Amino acid sequence: MTTLLASLWIALRALRVNKMRSALTMLGIIIGVAAVITMIAVGSGAKARIAEQIASMGSNLLIVLSGSATSGGMRFGTGTVPTLTVEDAKAILNEIPAVRYVAPNLSGVAQIVYGNQNWSTIVNGTFPEILEIREWRLASGRPFTQQDLDGAAKVCILGKTVAENLFGAIDPVGQIVRIKKIPFTVIGVLSPKGQSTWGQDQDDTIFVPLSTAQKKLFGTAFPGMVRTITVQAKGPEYVEEAERQITELLRQRHRIQPSQDNDFSVRNLTEVMSSAEQSAETMSYLLGAIASISLIVGGIGIMNIMLVSVTERTREIGIRMAVGAKSRDILLQFLIESLVLSTMGGTIGILLGMAGTFVLSALTQWPTLFSVKAILLAFLFSGCVGVFFGFYPARKAALLNPIEALRYE
Amino acid sequence: MGPLIEVKDLVKIYGMGEVEVQALRGISLSIEQGEFVAIMGASGSGKSTFMNILGFLDRPTRGQYLLEGMSGERLSKDELAEIRNRKIGFIFQGFNLLSRTSTLENVELPLIYSHVPSSKRKEMAKRAVSAVGLEGREHHFPNQLSGGQQQRVAIARALVNEPAILLADEPTGNLDSKTSEEIMAIFQRLNRDLGITIIMVTHEADIASYARRRIHFKDGLVILDQKEGAPLKGRERIEA
Repeated sequence: MTTLLASLWIALRALRVNKMRSALTMLGIIIGVAAVITMIAVGSGAKARIAEQIASMGSNLLIVLSGSATSGGMRFGTGTVPTLTVEDAKAILNEIPAVRYVAPNLSGVAQIVYGNQNWSTIVNGTFPEILEIREWRLASGRPFTQQDLDGAAKVCILGKTVAENLFGAIDPVGQIVRIKKIPFTVIGVLSPKGQSTWGQDQDDTIFVPLSTAQKKLFGTAFPGMVRTITVQAKGPEYVEEAERQITELLRQRHRIQPSQDNDFSVRNLTEVMSSAEQSAETMSYLLGAIASISLIVGGIGIMNIMLVSVTERTREIGIRMAVGAKSRDILLQFLIESLVLSTMGGTIGILLGMAGTFVLSALTQWPTLFSVKAILLAFLFSGCVGVFFGFYPARKAALLNPIEALRYE
Repeated sequence: MGPLIEVKDLVKIYGMGEVEVQALRGISLSIEQGEFVAIMGASGSGKSTFMNILGFLDRPTRGQYLLEGMSGERLSKDELAEIRNRKIGFIFQGFNLLSRTSTLENVELPLIYSHVPSSKRKEMAKRAVSAVGLEGREHHFPNQLSGGQQQRVAIARALVNEPAILLADEPTGNLDSKTSEEIMAIFQRLNRDLGITIIMVTHEADIASYARRRIHFKDGLVILDQKEGAPLKGRERIEA
């Protein structure tokens, strides 16, 4: 213990004597660790952002898309022809126990006018359950009800972006807007949800009862049809089961022969999202790996300087050995020296990395996230670099012959 | 009790490629506890090689060396380091102090390697520093001290662990004659008052005359071993 403390003291003094050199040697480690910290923070920030967006989409979601109609040998793309009906949606809800909510959707782009303001956005005709499914709260007003749906009431709920663009500071609830020249009463405004995973503004939307959309807005071409059905399973463990049963049920309802392709498709959104999350994670590891290369280069810098230092201090090593230093005392002295260099560099690098991350995220608006784990890991890694790259020079010092070391000029 | 140092047929051969150099060709002698010995000889006579072997810095090729009846033959490098630490104090021609390191810390050095706790280390080092008359210079660096003072620091360092022998290799080689006398006076005092055994390599006859025994080396052999009843010149000088 005494020796260890003494070795630490000796190492610190040796580093103080060559301040400039020590600082430059540390710089390699500082830059390496700072890069690792910053990259991991950016990577985890991206991952956290995606996870947040997944949560904002709603959980355990399946989307049934209509389409892929075949007409005289011509096959059309998914969604080109609405093959799904409201009845399909009701059947999914009633016949599949794994399903909690369904919300069929018929949407289109329309111009919304309020006073002298107008705004073009997506109008979604759907069920009131859509708000439950997407875990979307109202900022003000009320959701539409079953009565609104049954009566094809001309009521609408505005997304935050739409409300801001049309109304500015005025409270939209109770006001009349015109969608495709038809007057609708605004009954609610949604709370903001922000961007989706693919960068779409989720708040730039309007919800109206499905029946209203079918009869008054988009219903002319395909009466009774919907483009998509959003389905929420009862829990994560039910998602796959629901997916299978929906496919089965719809094939049966649409009278599709075993040899024929589906005229709809079922997408598991959780799967899509988790793969996005995974790719973000991969990216963060990749960034970290690239940054750790600079850390290794920093380690080589330490080894280089330690080798120079051992050569320069050959005589000192000889003196120490003559007065009774054992090989392991010398080994320890130089190892501690390189460990002090690398961990001091590591500590400064962590602080610098945090500052750098802060500046980066302020400049670019990238989401960033620090984890204690990443910081500890970077510190530990820099320590390992010190020991690993310091070992060879320290061993070289420890194996010196005392007589030759004493004669060294 | 046997002699402090006993050497029998000591041979040291340096293999330099194909040429072999016989630095020592068979040295036999013994040195008693409390002696003050000067080893003399021209350069290349083997006296430094002999000192290195006595100091456990080097091993003989053949022959036997016993310090306090104990042989270093079968000991590991680390065990030799421990013997150097506890039994031997080295004094070199070039002082060999650690630069940018204070007097006190230089003197403490052997104690660090014998695991003496910090507070006791300071105390022992201070005592050794005052034994060589350097009180008040404890916190000076070697470059702030004269050559004589630096050599005194080296003596204090050699003394601090209370070794059985002091080995001095040309201790006055870098010093002027007045300072050399001061250093020799210290040696004599340590030898006489504290009974420390001193073995000193020198090629200067007047320095050697401070010792009570002079062993002359030539071509790896002892050619003359003079013992005197008492040092003449030295005592006169101290008393003067």
